[in-house]
Amino acid sequence: MNELHLILRLAGERVAIPAADVESVVELEGLTPVPRSTRHVAGLSALRSRVLTVIDCFASLELGRAADRQVREAVVVEADGHPYALIVDSVEDVVETASAVQPVRTSLGGGWRRVAKGMIEAEGDLLLLIDTQALIAGPAAQAA
Amino acid sequence: MDDLIQEFIAETREMLEALSGEIVAWEAAPGDRARLDEIFRFVHTVKGNCGFFDLPRLESLSHAAEDVLAEVRAGRRAADQKLVNAVLAVIDRIGELVHALETGEAVGSEDDEQLINALSDAYAGPAQVEAALGGATEVRKNLRSIRLSVDLLDRMMSGVSDMVLARNELARRLREAERDVAVEAAFERVSACIAEMRDAITRTRMQRIENLFLSLPRMVRDLSAELGKQVALEVDGGDVELDREMIEMIRDPLTHIVRNAIDHGIEAPAEREKAKKPAAGILRVSARQSGNQILIEVADDGRGIDGDKLVKKAVANGILTAEQAERLSPAQRNALIFEAGLSTAREVTAISGRGVGMDVVRANIERIGGIVDVESRLGNGLRLTLRVPLTLTIIPALTVSVGGQNYAIPRSAIEEIVRSRGNSVRIENLGGSAIASIRDKRVPLIALADVLGVESRAGEDEQNMILLRPAGGDVYALAVDTVHDHEELVVKPAAPAVMATGLYAGTTLADDGSPILLLDPSGVAANAGVMLDQNEIDKLTAKPASASSAAREDIPALMFRTLEGARRAVRLAVVERIEDVSVDAIQESAGRMRVALDGRILPLAGCENGVPEGTLRIFRLTDGASEIAYGFREVIDIVALTDEVQPAKGPGEVCGVTLVNGEQVELLDPYWLFEMHLEGAADPAERPVCALPAGDSWMENILRPIVENAGYRVVREGEAEAGEADVLIASAEGDVPQIGSGKVLRIRARAEASGAKDDSIYRYDRAALLTALSQSAAKRKKA
Repeated sequence: MNELHLILRLAGERVAIPAADVESVVELEGLTPVPRSTRHVAGLSALRSRVLTVIDCFASLELGRAADRQVREAVVVEADGHPYALIVDSVEDVVETASAVQPVRTSLGGGWRRVAKGMIEAEGDLLLLIDTQALIAGPAAQAA
Repeated sequence: MDDLIQEFIAETREMLEALSGEIVAWEAAPGDRARLDEIFRFVHTVKGNCGFFDLPRLESLSHAAEDVLAEVRAGRRAADQKLVNAVLAVIDRIGELVHALETGEAVGSEDDEQLINALSDAYAGPAQVEAALGGATEVRKNLRSIRLSVDLLDRMMSGVSDMVLARNELARRLREAERDVAVEAAFERVSACIAEMRDAITRTRMQRIENLFLSLPRMVRDLSAELGKQVALEVDGGDVELDREMIEMIRDPLTHIVRNAIDHGIEAPAEREKAKKPAAGILRVSARQSGNQILIEVADDGRGIDGDKLVKKAVANGILTAEQAERLSPAQRNALIFEAGLSTAREVTAISGRGVGMDVVRANIERIGGIVDVESRLGNGLRLTLRVPLTLTIIPALTVSVGGQNYAIPRSAIEEIVRSRGNSVRIENLGGSAIASIRDKRVPLIALADVLGVESRAGEDEQNMILLRPAGGDVYALAVDTVHDHEELVVKPAAPAVMATGLYAGTTLADDGSPILLLDPSGVAANAGVMLDQNEIDKLTAKPASASSAAREDIPALMFRTLEGARRAVRLAVVERIEDVSVDAIQESAGRMRVALDGRILPLAGCENGVPEGTLRIFRLTDGASEIAYGFREVIDIVALTDEVQPAKGPGEVCGVTLVNGEQVELLDPYWLFEMHLEGAADPAERPVCALPAGDSWMENILRPIVENAGYRVVREGEAEAGEADVLIASAEGDVPQIGSGKVLRIRARAEASGAKDDSIYRYDRAALLTALSQSAAKRKKA
């Protein structure tokens, strides 16, 4: 069964997310911070009269904070009826993968272990398949 | 009710339309079981519905048809042509009646009977009941309602929301552009249209909460019957309107709470009597709108939550450690009912199941942005309040900014906007927290910048203050950097991670298209309350700086704990003294408690739910002339009443609630207490006297309490020295007591009078007795 995956660069790593999860890839302009929210909520941003909750994937992976940039590349996904924008380093490509998802065989660093669903093979490389919902939930969800 | 009738009509008509095909098919093949079932279901539904609406004609028709069809289904009768015709005729008549119900026309009722008779086996009347099939299938005119899917309404609503956004942006661009009167006029018109449209569509989604309450009476009846309890249900506020989606979200939690109240809250009649409560428990379900929230209260007068038991169980189940349990406040203890797997009910019943309830209830309510409040009085009942937002997606709001970022505040919570610079405002910084004195009002001041943890960009005297009254809370002042504009904002629920802060009610887009957070005034207050040292606030609100208190006189009051453990206050001026009395001195007679003190008998209040063992501590309250006693548990403190008193709903022992040391305290109503307890307890010498014959045990034991209750002092024949009696009571046959010359009331034992001249009163005619007694008493007062 062939599936489409979006390949992107996240905190320096090349990873894949299921293309079906992705609503669009956008460049975010302007960010309204949400004081007192958890660290991985970078703020709010507007997209075509919708309010996106912007997720700082660095923080979600417990790797610190994303570098402050003027224009942020982000992947829009939906969770529980709310639209989210996941800030990524860059979006590379959409690829078709033929192989099944394999379990992760190596030991991953803290945040990565939480969001990794498995590994897939794409264009000859082995990539981590990321669970976007886990990225959105952030580190707090694991503790609960 | 009108709405419901409309719904009934629409539903019946829909069913009729759907049924028309079935009818034809059934006529062709009367043996077809599936068609028969379909038609049976229809008449059954109609019958059920019209029993509810009191539509006797429809009911008798559908009932008759149902009976016959039931016989056919049971195989006791064959569906022959005659029967089919008769049933179809009845269905046609149902259609006509429903149509008439809608248009208000009359349909002759003469031949209803005939139609019904035609159904019966033996009927051999004229064959004129041939079904006019055309009548049933004919499309009715005057359709006044249609049914829409909620999805479509949602799409309309979001379309309108987008329209409002677009209009807002257009408005901004028009302001920036050169003025053109013609364009502006056109824009105004568009604006007005959009506003009207929005109103209409908003209303389509609103539903009276009545729809939610309708199922309660039946549920309460069934449950209480099953459990052998007596429950009186009181429902109030059914006309409150709520988004229909919201109603659906509340349905399950509400059902669960009501079940819990009957199952675990209200005791069995025997237990209630032991606790001196009426055998029937009261369950009160009410709804009201408060600002941008809907409050749904479910209150029972059952046993309440046993906090100790809960804590023990929580510790036993490992939810809490013993040390944690020690530190819990009473409110936190009660909140343990929301912990999964905790149920204090001794036996697990089939009704509420196994403690899976309240945690799910809370989760469901919180998911729609609501809160569940618990208020429990052990032994006296439990009140659960669901606060749910209207989430009517468009709300009027005020935009403000702090630290360079804009926020919106729902306008419904705003009392007033004040400039700090004005002379009428003074800010006092005391013990790390701030109090704003605005004219003669003193309110806690919360700096939004502190709450949000951002840097304020305005100096303290450049700030603006907004007086906020959050739903169900107290007024406070919120300091912001700048106040911008009133705007209509399209509010969308924010993502869970944002809501988790407890500070925001949603997100919205400003008319320049940038996102704005909508502040939740109660959340901000709650958050600030945690951040400030609670003790400091207590001290500050209880004893405000003397410099500014001159403008307002503080009323000293005594704060105490009632026998039930509630905190109440009574104005110091009405308290004569505090005394300990032995419970032996307390008597309950004629439905009133009285206490013997210094050779006098005072009415005793505050002990409606029983007195403790040993001694009772009482206030002696005075109104200058009379005294009453009020039992309580302990004195807490003498405090100053500075805050405004929120009046109670109706007259009662408590006249309102006020804030003392930041906590809500009920204020006793001395007027009500004296009014209620003094009547019939006036100085014995002042009371009218009623003489009873000596040695009549019925009079002594049964009549006497009624007479005393009516305000009389009772003397017996032998105690003639008691003075002249105002009323003399004698049996119809016996002698008049030989005391004085008051009015004579003769009491007879038989119900019928013995003749026209017999002016005696039947002994169990309470009304006549009381009338006679009160007339005599009134005569005396005039004299």
